[in-house]
Amino acid sequence: MKIVVCVKQIQNPEIPAAQFRIDEEAKVLIPVSGLSPVLSPFDEQAIEAALRIRDRAGENSDIEITVVTIASKGSRTAIKGALALGADNAVLLNEPTFDGSGGYVTARNLAETIRAIGDVDLILTGRQAADGDAGVVGLGIAEILDIPAITFACDVQTDEGVVTVKRVLQDGIETVEADLPALVTISNELGKVRHASMRETMRAAKKPVKEWMPEDIGLDDNQVSSKAMRHELQRLYIPVNDIECEFIDGDTPAEIAATLAQHMRQANLI
Amino acid sequence: MTDNNNGVLVVVEVEDNQPIDLGLEMLALARRLTDSMGGSVTAVAFGTGLETIGEMLIAYGADRVLINDNQIFANFHAEAWLPDLAKIVAELAPTIVLIGHSESGTDLAPRLAFRLDVDVATGCESIDILNGRPHMTRSCFGGLAREVVTFSKSPAVATIRSKSQQPLKPTTERSGGVENVISVLDVNSIRTRVVSREQEEAVGGVKMENAKIVIGGGVGLGGPEGFKTLNEIAELVDGAVGASRAACDLDWCPRSYQIGLSGRTVAPELYLAVGISGASHHMAGCGNSKTIVSINSDPKAEIFKSSRFGIVGNSQEIMPALAEEIRKLKA
Repeated sequence: MKIVVCVKQIQNPEIPAAQFRIDEEAKVLIPVSGLSPVLSPFDEQAIEAALRIRDRAGENSDIEITVVTIASKGSRTAIKGALALGADNAVLLNEPTFDGSGGYVTARNLAETIRAIGDVDLILTGRQAADGDAGVVGLGIAEILDIPAITFACDVQTDEGVVTVKRVLQDGIETVEADLPALVTISNELGKVRHASMRETMRAAKKPVKEWMPEDIGLDDNQVSSKAMRHELQRLYIPVNDIECEFIDGDTPAEIAATLAQHMRQANLI
Repeated sequence: MTDNNNGVLVVVEVEDNQPIDLGLEMLALARRLTDSMGGSVTAVAFGTGLETIGEMLIAYGADRVLINDNQIFANFHAEAWLPDLAKIVAELAPTIVLIGHSESGTDLAPRLAFRLDVDVATGCESIDILNGRPHMTRSCFGGLAREVVTFSKSPAVATIRSKSQQPLKPTTERSGGVENVISVLDVNSIRTRVVSREQEEAVGGVKMENAKIVIGGGVGLGGPEGFKTLNEIAELVDGAVGASRAACDLDWCPRSYQIGLSGRTVAPELYLAVGISGASHHMAGCGNSKTIVSINSDPKAEIFKSSRFGIVGNSQEIMPALAEEIRKLKA
């Protein structure tokens, strides 16, 4: 069984807000210097979901996990990280003008890459990238490839050509199944992800990485980057927050709590 | 894009035969958009028992309502909804399609957009018409930034964040037509099968989205016991309890508590953030609250920057004391 996991490399989303900066003129993120890019956390969980499927299938399974990414400027970090976690091989679509293309173009390029890989049974993506926060690409790939898609998974199992997915709902869990090939987007409720082991990290360097140019998979100029884009970024900015925080003091927890309770009463909330 | 302006289509979700608040909020937005660019507001509702919903949606701002009443639409299922929705959009050719940024809407909107071969903006906080074109403002980078996008091909599909708009006051003076959708759904085209739905035990009390007071708990609570005190206080003030993603990931509380970018959105009168650092992805789910009061042991916690009132202290001591004080005031 062939599993493809689509991954994206981003600036660490856990940085303090004070370090986060935007170039409003160029409408781009100003990278924090000295900070290495990371795998988008939801994508890391998508890799984990694939590894759990392979673990369950046992040592001698025929499961092959391929990570796929689109890179503009030498962004191999995502791939290296994914291979060190245990993926078998990787495909990198090298598209120099890719940055900022948006979900519409990304989904198209990834769908064509997956088509070119061929005979893929299961495609896993994060529920959304932790920078754009759009949650568009996974569903887009499924629509383009005309295969069923199941979103927000916290558990993915495969058996005899069927994928069974537990989905996180606001008030519970829904179990959904579909025949393969299918696409599943993974949510953070999947739980803890493994760390790269020393052994896998050393092996990762020897794992095959294919680098394709758009023309290698039949994508012409009109299908990549700016020519294919359907959206135009008009503005990118950090919203201003002009709230002044008034601190409530007191000598004891009871005194502080009493002041807070009084405030709540004055606001007619008690 | 400004030629052939056929207004705005609003997909209104229905729960217990009633439109959800977000649907009514989007009708208000649709009215503002058509006031500015022309065209009319069409609402579409999928579900069962929708006999009276048409009039209600007109009272809240729709010019025309399309009803797709069928048992198969009782629970949201993207593959069941898509064929009819895609057909409605193709026939109506609206300039903008508004879908709720809800659990269902986030699953539906990207599929619809790709089926129509157009782009989609998810999680929008506002849409403005500038030079005749819709400009969608949405949150990105975990809530740290906002981007404004326009699309080159119509319709613009957008999902709208809950509580980002105010619904209109309903009025019976508005009139409009209500029509039934002639469904083109072929059930054989549905490829995903729902095996089961397990509902999490209802937490009781007020629904988080409707509560006047929401108390959010984070890692600073120190453990699952902290949530017991929060629930106690919530019960005293008719409020609801939510949580940060970190607290949910630690299993200190049910997953359904999660407030934030990948959780629920609340905008109560008072959001009491207890032991929550204020990561932007959390603020994305509570930033529209009228007043935020936060309790955190770290005086430099990010959350204080969004708070009207702050308390630097140990929430494990302050919360039981607060429960006690509220009891006294209520006595």
